Amino acid sequence: MEMFLKLDFWFTVFRCATPVLFATMAAMIADRSGILNLGMEGAMAIASLSGVLASGFSGNLLVGGFVGLFCGTLFTMILAYFIMNMKANQVIAGIAMNLAASGGSIFALYSITGDKNTSNSIQSKAFPSVEIPVLKDIPVLGDILSGHNVLTYLAFILAIVLFIVLKKTKFGFKVRAVGESPEAAESVGIKVHRVRYQTMFLSGLLASFGGIYMSMGYINRWTAGMIAGRGYIALATNAMAAGNSLLGMFASLLYGFGSSIAIYLQNMNMDPYMVTMIPYLAIIVFYVLFSLYYRHKNKQHESL
Amino acid sequence: MKKKKKDWYGVIRVLAAVALAFIIATIIIAIVAEDPATALHKFFLGPFSTKRNFFNVIESMIPLVFAALAINIMHKSGLFSMAADSAFYMAGVTAASIAIGCKLPAGVHQVVIILAGALVGGLIGLIPVLIKKFCGANELVVSLMMGYLFFNFGYWLIREFFIDIANGSYSVKFEKTASLGKMIQGTNTHYGVLIMIVAVILVWILMDKSKFGRELKITGANRRFAKYAGINVGGVIVGSQFVGGAVAGAGGAVEMIGMYSKFEWIISVSYVWDGILINLLASTKPLFIPLAAFFISYIRVGATVMSRGGDVDAEIVSVIQGIIILLVASERFLYTMKKRQEEKEALENQLIEDKKAEE
Amino acid sequence: MGKEILRVENLTKIYPGGTVANYKINFSADEGEIHALVGENGAGKSTLMKMLFGIEEVTDGKIFLRGEEIHFANSTDAIAHGIGMVQQHMMLVPSLTVAENLVLGIEHTTGLFVDKKQNVKDTEEISEKYNLKVDADKLVRDISIGMKQKLEILKTMYRGAKIIILDEPTAVLAPQETEELFEQLLNLKKDGYTILFISHKLNEVKYLCDRLTVLKDGKSIGTYNVSDVTVEEISNLMVGRDITLSYDKDETEIGDKILTVDHLNFVDKFGTKKLDDLSFSLRSGEVLGIAGIEGNGQKEAMEILTGNMKCDSGSIQFKGKDLTKLTIGKIRDTGIAHVPEDRNLDGSAPQMSVRDNISAASLKKFTNKFKLLDQKKIDEYCEESVEKFKVKTSGLNSMIKSLSGGNVQKAIVAREFTQDADVIVLNQPTRGVDVGAMEFIHKKILEMRSQKKSMVMVSADLAELQALSDRIIVFYKGKVVGVIDDVKQTTDKELGLYMLGLKQDSKEKLMEA
Repeated sequence: MEMFLKLDFWFTVFRCATPVLFATMAAMIADRSGILNLGMEGAMAIASLSGVLASGFSGNLLVGGFVGLFCGTLFTMILAYFIMNMKANQVIAGIAMNLAASGGSIFALYSITGDKNTSNSIQSKAFPSVEIPVLKDIPVLGDILSGHNVLTYLAFILAIVLFIVLKKTKFGFKVRAVGESPEAAESVGIKVHRVRYQTMFLSGLLASFGGIYMSMGYINRWTAGMIAGRGYIALATNAMAAGNSLLGMFASLLYGFGSSIAIYLQNMNMDPYMVTMIPYLAIIVFYVLFSLYYRHKNKQHESL
Repeated sequence: MKKKKKDWYGVIRVLAAVALAFIIATIIIAIVAEDPATALHKFFLGPFSTKRNFFNVIESMIPLVFAALAINIMHKSGLFSMAADSAFYMAGVTAASIAIGCKLPAGVHQVVIILAGALVGGLIGLIPVLIKKFCGANELVVSLMMGYLFFNFGYWLIREFFIDIANGSYSVKFEKTASLGKMIQGTNTHYGVLIMIVAVILVWILMDKSKFGRELKITGANRRFAKYAGINVGGVIVGSQFVGGAVAGAGGAVEMIGMYSKFEWIISVSYVWDGILINLLASTKPLFIPLAAFFISYIRVGATVMSRGGDVDAEIVSVIQGIIILLVASERFLYTMKKRQEEKEALENQLIEDKKAEE
Repeated sequence: MGKEILRVENLTKIYPGGTVANYKINFSADEGEIHALVGENGAGKSTLMKMLFGIEEVTDGKIFLRGEEIHFANSTDAIAHGIGMVQQHMMLVPSLTVAENLVLGIEHTTGLFVDKKQNVKDTEEISEKYNLKVDADKLVRDISIGMKQKLEILKTMYRGAKIIILDEPTAVLAPQETEELFEQLLNLKKDGYTILFISHKLNEVKYLCDRLTVLKDGKSIGTYNVSDVTVEEISNLMVGRDITLSYDKDETEIGDKILTVDHLNFVDKFGTKKLDDLSFSLRSGEVLGIAGIEGNGQKEAMEILTGNMKCDSGSIQFKGKDLTKLTIGKIRDTGIAHVPEDRNLDGSAPQMSVRDNISAASLKKFTNKFKLLDQKKIDEYCEESVEKFKVKTSGLNSMIKSLSGGNVQKAIVAREFTQDADVIVLNQPTRGVDVGAMEFIHKKILEMRSQKKSMVMVSADLAELQALSDRIIVFYKGKVVGVIDDVKQTTDKELGLYMLGLKQDSKEKLMEA
């Protein structure tokens, strides 16, 4: 229990929450427009690998980041095309894309570098950590909140931005109208397909940020299976957040909390597999509790 | 009236999707391989190169068939649960535990193991549907999480109780009495093949011949209609998840004691995606599942043979599978063909109507 | 009254597959009038309005707006021409506020953000101006149906509509809300707006509208000044048939009460009392017709009788059991068959084969002790049913959705009539089917009657009710208000009076029902 008193522990909570927060936002923006984007797992895998490769070969961090974002977003746009224009079932299409991405990324790594499963021969760049002036000098808070990766800060800032976009902007209103009642949106002249392509683009971009964080921030190389279901976890955290990205932040931190416990216990020589279970178990339990809560709330609403 | 019409449209669509995927794969291999001709030769004909390779196709299709049968039953209800993976893995864990921990005579030992695997699988299959029923959480999301959860949980159990200290990651050896035994000399093909055939026949009877199967199909096609027709919709759906999970579990147990003599699943084992693909290829008909599974197994083994050559990784198979799924699942892929067929059918009906009116 | 603003000439709509929904429709509306379009369900009112609003493509014919011919490619076009429509299913986004819905797609913005204040101000202004009171700040999901409707009307006017189409606006409203709506519509009329009011509630039309156009079977029968015609006359124009249905009925003996509906109550999720202490009974061997304007509880009563809905209180006695306590499967086992109102939603699984659809309700009968189906018997049964009920299909394997509506309905009737049930519930048994199929189904119903089966039949087609029923009861506001024992002697006019609530039988007589 003493781990909860350690500042490191809380620092790690934020570190672990970052990729899931990106993915949660990706799930959310697509979901708000009425699309279940199951392809985030794949987009993250693609982005994380292409980021590492591009930064390794170019020796430039920003080139790596850009290529990673581009590939992950392109991947998501292909999925969007199949869902909207080819009328594929969105779950099955998402699964197919993820399958292709999980194998395809290993295949690509081997074909390009000769590495099996881990990018050992590539010297990838990593996004730097930054100390926040003023904040870093505050005791306790500074230790927990300062010194994170730039992408971590970006994720939390974007969560606030997304909240405002959905709540306050014309685009946000369009997205919500299209997601909740496409007929109503259509009847006032909003182009449903166009809005959904826009949200899928943003969804792909956000998921890709999560991807490049994994391989160029969280750790500094690419390994097969490193996304480890974070793209799927985001579906649960998004459901918990019920379309509110500030709640999404909270849900991601719950995951980060579970992960941080796992990391700490592992350092205390507990069985790694037993502890890896913890974040997944935590997410299932929280998701079920949230579902119960929302169901209860809806019932109350209906009875009114 | 009795003559059954063949669904040529479905067949052509699947073949076209497969062909397109192979063309893309061929192009990729041609770009990547140093010696494309040899690589492609190995990929397409590798499984026939040796007896061992060919029977490799047979034994590796066993888990694919079980997974596909499980998905066939579980998804027919309209519920999109991926719990088959968890069921498969935990059944493997259960099988290994009984194979190590219990001393039973041969014959009994295997039966107990497979039944236990099926039971564990069935119970795991129930988790997502029950959570959905009582809490409203989405079955797809829960079952995907469960996959990660149960892999870690199952492997932890093995490490905790049956680890081979000398090795560090595998379990100690199974009792000899637990093995399914090799069926064909000089290969790894085991008697699980026979169990697989029995499973296919049983699922075929269940889905195509039994009242339960028919009720399940009607429920999946139109839940309101099923209810109206007096079908116990809730019971049918929950039942389908248990049976599907049990089939996956039996598959996990068969795979464990057929292929291995100790627990070696140290990375998560996933067959649901293959199961979904096989069902798409077999247009969800149980009797076609072995055929489709053979095909998937064939390209898998072909890719493995090719990858031994050195410059092309076997994971190209996932890309091929992904493309096939994507195309077959696209309503608009070769859509005009379907439209024409449907129009033809409507016209035929119209003609019959006219004829009868004349009479 | 002003000059002509809208005129349609020979407007025709044929849906893919050859269904003629509108045929050579003619009518015109003047500026500043409330013009009613009346007709039965399926008369083609909605199709006509959808063409006027640009949602459905016009097959043939012309639309003139202020004398000029116009073509709409989509609803945006229609909106730009000053036509607005309030559809039956409200086109609103539940989680947005009233103001946000009003301005959706054309929001005021300041810089990057939506100008909430300005939007609310706009809403309040327009709400004030037309005296249509809405709470600008409330979420749409929290407001009443009545307010949603006002919001929809405001939405059309905010987008510059001069002609407002209202598709059965009162169907979802409580009486007080209806009154309020009418007052507001009359105000709008004063301001020069033209309103097209679709309805089949004739007393409403009589109260509210200036002129009316009657539609029947997709054709326009004529336009009349409301003051020149009585409710009864309109009703005759709407339901009167060119072909009269008359069949030779066997003399059968009507037996004792076989099924008793006792004090049923049901309140729907909108809080409307759909069944109000409903009681009636069915005698063995009779065809009991149920008449009533749609939405007066017939549907709910049939759904509860067959187990598809649960009532709030009351009971249904049949063979010593209370049906309200049983599951659908058990009710069917007790001996009740059911031809449902909607053949695609409840009556069939469109993607499945003719065989699967016909056999779906009798699977138990064909199951052996190993829980396996006897395919051969199923095939025999299905082929026999197809044969006997003249279902025209290229084979049992055909998807049922490839059949025409009449044949799907015959397949459903085949399934339900072969259940060996003592009571058959028929909910709109011939709605939307061709004349041939209709006559065929009627004959089958009489055949079942000859076999001493008892039937309850809900129908909007009065001719059908009169031709087949031994007795007719009339529903009004969830209650039985009239009992007609001598079906042959009754007239559409008399039924109409009951249906509109203008006539009510004595308590004693109703007790007998």
